[in-house]
Amino acid sequence: MKDRLRITDYGLPITDYRLRITFCGLLLTLLFFTAGVVVAQTGEVTDDEVNAVAKDLFCPVCESTPLDVCPTKACADWRELIRTQLAEGKTRTEIHDYFARQYGDGVLADPPKRGFSLILWALPVIGVAIGGVLFVRYVRNLRREGDVVAATAVVPANPSPASAASVPQPATPLEASGDYVSRVEEELLARK
Amino acid sequence: MIPDLGYIALGFAFGTAVYAAVAAWYGHRTDQPRWVESARNATIITLPLVALACFLLIVSLLRSDFSVEYVWRVSSRGMPDYLKVTALWGGQAGSLLFWNFLLAVFTAAAMMRNWRRQRELMAYAIMVASFTQIFFLGLSLFIENPFTRLAFVPPDGNGLNPLLRHPGMIIHPPMLYLGFVGFTIPYAFGMAALMSGKLDDTWIRLTRRWTLVAWLFLSLGLILGGRWAYDVLGWGGYWAWDPVENASFMPWLAGTAFLHSVMIQEKRDMFKMWNMSLIVLTYCLVISGTFIVRSGVISSVHSFAQSAIGPLFFGFIAIMFVFSVYWLSKRHEALKSENHLNSFLSREAAFLYNNFLILAILAVVFLFTYYPIFSELITGEKGFVGPPVYEQATGPLFGVLVLLMGVAPLTMWYRTSAQRIGMGVRWPALAALIFIGVLIVLGIRDWRALLGLWIVSFAAILTLLEFWKGTRGRMKAKGEPPWTAFATLMGRNRRRYGGYWIHMGVIVMAFGIIGMELFQEQTQIRLTVGDTLSLGRYEMQFLGATRFPGPDDLLITQATVDVYDNGRYVGQYYPRTELYTRTNQPMTIPDARSTISEDFYILMINWEPTSSDQATFRVYLNPLVNWVWAGGIIFVIGTLIAAWPDRKEELVTVSRPHQTVLAGGD
Repeated sequence: MKDRLRITDYGLPITDYRLRITFCGLLLTLLFFTAGVVVAQTGEVTDDEVNAVAKDLFCPVCESTPLDVCPTKACADWRELIRTQLAEGKTRTEIHDYFARQYGDGVLADPPKRGFSLILWALPVIGVAIGGVLFVRYVRNLRREGDVVAATAVVPANPSPASAASVPQPATPLEASGDYVSRVEEELLARK
Repeated sequence: MIPDLGYIALGFAFGTAVYAAVAAWYGHRTDQPRWVESARNATIITLPLVALACFLLIVSLLRSDFSVEYVWRVSSRGMPDYLKVTALWGGQAGSLLFWNFLLAVFTAAAMMRNWRRQRELMAYAIMVASFTQIFFLGLSLFIENPFTRLAFVPPDGNGLNPLLRHPGMIIHPPMLYLGFVGFTIPYAFGMAALMSGKLDDTWIRLTRRWTLVAWLFLSLGLILGGRWAYDVLGWGGYWAWDPVENASFMPWLAGTAFLHSVMIQEKRDMFKMWNMSLIVLTYCLVISGTFIVRSGVISSVHSFAQSAIGPLFFGFIAIMFVFSVYWLSKRHEALKSENHLNSFLSREAAFLYNNFLILAILAVVFLFTYYPIFSELITGEKGFVGPPVYEQATGPLFGVLVLLMGVAPLTMWYRTSAQRIGMGVRWPALAALIFIGVLIVLGIRDWRALLGLWIVSFAAILTLLEFWKGTRGRMKAKGEPPWTAFATLMGRNRRRYGGYWIHMGVIVMAFGIIGMELFQEQTQIRLTVGDTLSLGRYEMQFLGATRFPGPDDLLITQATVDVYDNGRYVGQYYPRTELYTRTNQPMTIPDARSTISEDFYILMINWEPTSSDQATFRVYLNPLVNWVWAGGIIFVIGTLIAAWPDRKEELVTVSRPHQTVLAGGD
């Protein structure tokens, strides 16, 4: 089927495979080029497009308010700047970079992963790792000691006298006292 | 004259607070109970004195006495009277005074209610609570005195910050303050237990309800704050991870962890050190939260409360922190438990996982909130962390937490077999999976949404089953009809079932949050009269705008729009912009077509010049947003169920004081 696709249809008797590709490439490039020019000339940048870029920017004056909803005059000017840049064909990332260069990384809702702001990613990861290790070790320790206690006593976890007075301990481990529903029933009866 | 009286009342209050702390210390040291009793009376008498100061400030506000700087700053002649009253917490000095009033209320109430029960703890509790009161009264008296006079009398005042003129703002700050202040009581008793060496769980039983009440108010404050933001701030959402929001969210998280982990101590006599540390953490977060809100150290939309009291707060937090850590380490040995964890699959282990997750969320929020300060201190450049980062970091943790919330009630104390949990979760997991299947058929493809909704619906089924099991248990055992069984179930084990109510509230809110986070749509467009815009199923036609003066210095521009849902006319809506001409501060007040499935939320944006026949609109489709509010209401009801005073318990306690420990049921 592919071989049937012949550019001779356009009156160009090209048979060389490579030439065909080149031709297609040229055609595509031309297409993109003209399309780009057409958009730049006639395409009006909508508020939605501006807001989509502004949403993740925060102005340094009225901090904590995203640029897309900030009512101040300065922010309105910034949005117009975004509109102009979008019309010039700049991408969202390019515009964000521009604002970060002009006003510092503090304007970005999503701080760039470089320099000092790396701690934002590093600390939680390290923290969770350390916390996790400590937690597991702590619980393991408790458990190992707990097993010893459980092995020496019939009732697991021997309560201290003080707590025995404050918390009525079940005579048997709860696990042995039937299924969940009957446990609820027992508890409720006991409370009556 | 009136402001001078207020000044004097404040001075006396400061005096009584200092006296209370000193008398309690002296009485305890020399073992003279009458001095401690006198100290207690002094803390109680502080209340009417601070109340008088508040009252006199309100009178000054109502009389528009602009010779008082604070009155001039936050009110104006044209303001309605109810706003003049609420202007009490509309600015720095006033809200500090109000903070003092609430702290005095809590302290006096705790003294009157708990006095007979635990005399050993009282002297210390008075010292700690009074020290906090002294600090805040000192701030009010010497740094931010609301009764300070101006050298001349201006003809009119500045007026209240427009953001604070909303009805939601009238109750939001008091709730939040109550929540903040309330945590001082459990902290004071916790420290009293540490200092006195009376380290059993008496202090927890004594303060359990205080903690719940504080937590309830903090939750209410957070929910109302979200509602206020949604109704007034005009950005289509309810939560923006603003530093001030985080400042109240962090103590809430720590308090939540505490409320869960105390149950381990009560049941198993374990984690005493941990619980002490959690209440210390909560208290420090409360004070630093007040500090953030009041000092404007991390600038935010709430920066109207900025002032130079930062260093003092910082010093106070440092003192309290060092003091707490000193006593914690001193009692380290005594706080060790003889009991041990028996299994990773047990109720106590589940509470531990809960604590781990909540503290992880807290740590992340803390790091991100304070990052601007760290960044500025170290690099000299003010950094910033926006909502997307918070969401990425906390989202998965919240997911696991909700999952745990569903499964944890299936665990039992000591140990639970994996099979039992497996049996318990099998069918709910499958049912939730079927629900997700339906959603996929309906066209939802976002994997995060599907995963989130699976977790939330799974937890919902499990939680509802808890209610069902309990009700059926009673029906069988007592032969009660379903509703009676359900009601008595609630009444007899309010703490547990109140807790499950709260879980249900969280689940309903979680549905709403997933809807808002992942399915919110918006568009913005400039319309000429007669034009329409459409978003989702909705269409909106712009009929025109009018401008008219409102109360005081307000200028209102109001648009009229017709809204159609699927082509069906559903009503006329009036989004508006308000401009307070004196301060030239604009506000965008939305209007919304609100249904259980979504809000069609309309804003007339004022940041572009609007002529009478043209206006720029920004509309949002907020799916399930009302579930957030509904969940909030369920949440609050649950907390009320859990915290409601127990008459039986009081009777037992009063008649047999020596058996207090026995009196508290689960």
